[in-house]
Amino acid sequence: MIEKTLKGKPAYWIWLAILGTFIAIGWACYFRQYVFGLGLTGMSRDVSWGLYISQFTFLVGVAAGGLMLVLPYYIHNYKAFGRITILGEFLAISALVMCLMFIMADLGQPLRGLNVIFHPTPQSMLFWDMCVLWGYLLLNVLCGWVILTAERKQVPPPKWIYFFVAISIPFAVSIHTVTAMLYCGLPGRHFWLSAIIAPRFLASAFAAGPSLILLACLVMRKYAHFDAGKEAIQKMTTIIMYAVIINTFFFLLEFFVGYYSEVPGHIHSLEYLFFGLEHDGHVYNNLVPFMWTAALFNFTGLGILAYMKIAKVFDYRLVGTAATLIFLALWADKGLGFVFAGFVPNPLEEVTEYIPTLNELGITLGIWATGFFLLTLLYKIAVGIEHEVEA
Amino acid sequence: MDNKRRKFLKMAGATVLAGIGAPAVVKLTSVPALASGSEQAAAGHGSGHGEEQRTGIRLGMVIDMRKFYGNEELLNQAIAACHAVHNVPEIPGRKSEIKWIWKTGFANAFVAQSQNLRSETVKNSQFPVLCNHCDNPSCVKVCPTKATFVNEKNGIVAMDYHRCIGCRFCMAACPFGARSFNWQDPRPFIKTYNPDFPSRMRGVVEKCNFCAERLALGLEPACVEACQGTGAMVFGDLNDPQSEVRKVLSEEFTIQRNAAAGTRPSVFYIV
Repeated sequence: MIEKTLKGKPAYWIWLAILGTFIAIGWACYFRQYVFGLGLTGMSRDVSWGLYISQFTFLVGVAAGGLMLVLPYYIHNYKAFGRITILGEFLAISALVMCLMFIMADLGQPLRGLNVIFHPTPQSMLFWDMCVLWGYLLLNVLCGWVILTAERKQVPPPKWIYFFVAISIPFAVSIHTVTAMLYCGLPGRHFWLSAIIAPRFLASAFAAGPSLILLACLVMRKYAHFDAGKEAIQKMTTIIMYAVIINTFFFLLEFFVGYYSEVPGHIHSLEYLFFGLEHDGHVYNNLVPFMWTAALFNFTGLGILAYMKIAKVFDYRLVGTAATLIFLALWADKGLGFVFAGFVPNPLEEVTEYIPTLNELGITLGIWATGFFLLTLLYKIAVGIEHEVEA
Repeated sequence: MDNKRRKFLKMAGATVLAGIGAPAVVKLTSVPALASGSEQAAAGHGSGHGEEQRTGIRLGMVIDMRKFYGNEELLNQAIAACHAVHNVPEIPGRKSEIKWIWKTGFANAFVAQSQNLRSETVKNSQFPVLCNHCDNPSCVKVCPTKATFVNEKNGIVAMDYHRCIGCRFCMAACPFGARSFNWQDPRPFIKTYNPDFPSRMRGVVEKCNFCAERLALGLEPACVEACQGTGAMVFGDLNDPQSEVRKVLSEEFTIQRNAAAGTRPSVFYIV
């Protein structure tokens, strides 16, 4: 099947070349970081996790989001998702590869990474996160590959694979639940110490993952003669819409708890994210523009989707716009705000702001490019097989 | 030799001879305490008032702020002694700084306490803060490699710098901000190198170790020694009713930093 990646139109090769350039830049930046240490990033003693861990957190959600295609198709036998379920599985693979790369980029001693296996520590949530991330990655590789091979041979997939498809469903939930538990079990960090973190993560994941798949479908419809089908697209917009509503609801609950209880620890981080946190006569607010933009995108995207449902209109441009806005909003929420604001203020109620460095951005972009490179190859294979079967 | 210290050690020896205290080993700072390898020091569960505590030796400290008020120089000495002994680098700027024990205001040290209507002395004084060597440390719970762990023989929250992978989960978990990360090679920033204690490499986390290496030699922690004769810092076994630190605790009203976090800090303050 891999041979499908070797033939393509110029646009395909240009796209891969662009991604390849970013990957090369990423490696060059990583080399610098590897030689000097993580001091080349904007992270500090106070904000000890930055873009790498926040991207990791967001991408775990993107990976888990594929569940929203797998579940209706395999469990509820929703046939319209037949063509695109494989896209969900392949997205999960790329997203998880990015997650693992972000973790490696964040380690101070990457060569000692295997210590997590040599000295397994079940009381650490990071240990479990490693288990479920690798588990989900391998499950998706297995299921995706076996089912696609069967499709190519135009035979039904072997029965045993459904066992693995079935266990991949709780695994998808577990990867984001355990990732939430990395944060919500820490006693000194009020912003994270909330039982709604895991549900919120899942809700935003079930919007962000399908949004990205939807965008990929729109791109492939235009450039790769691959039509997911109107019904499938419409159903995905419904799923995204409800997931965004639930996520927004959960987020607003955090606001209520903070501002109604007026417990300072519950307010500080929200204050920092949305209004700027005053401390010793200085207002710290470098995330405020991102968060309000995200809020605007979130509600605009939601409005577009709701409009399409209520007015019973369907327009690919509207779908694309809404999916883009929602994906960006959820990225700002979880891929920026959630992690950074947890460190503000620090346990001594001092404030340090985090601004990523260029080198750090280079590595981050490089890893994203690697993920999209892999995603492009996998989707090329999936679409190639579809075309082969149809021909 | 300082009189007070003598008494301190002598008392420890007497405890052994008399066989007082459940684990029959010296509990304070002399060699046998840590070399004799008590087998009874396993983590059991004591029963307190709703708070379970470890049994066995649990080293802790009382910081008597009354001795530090108006005498910030003493505090500076304690900090300097610690940082010199442990090859703590002096890296300029907040971003990458490494600190094992440092000074900060009351509002920063005791965030859970009311800051309203505090006395001028409290408001204008600097408080020493360091790792609390918690009885229930969240940093140990989250470490994915057991690179940070509780030494069951003495309750010290210790670090294995050679196993740490630098994930910094412990820094996120510590409710006291006690941990520092080596964002770069620290060695060029060490002023005078102490060959008796290892320097660290980049990419690992470090923090106060209650001078485990000095205790093994029968010495007091460096900061305690720097305050010798003042009684500003009292160190010893919190689980030994005969220890000096327990005597102070039973006589004075003390507070702990951020006790609400449930980690059961082993450093107490008389404010």
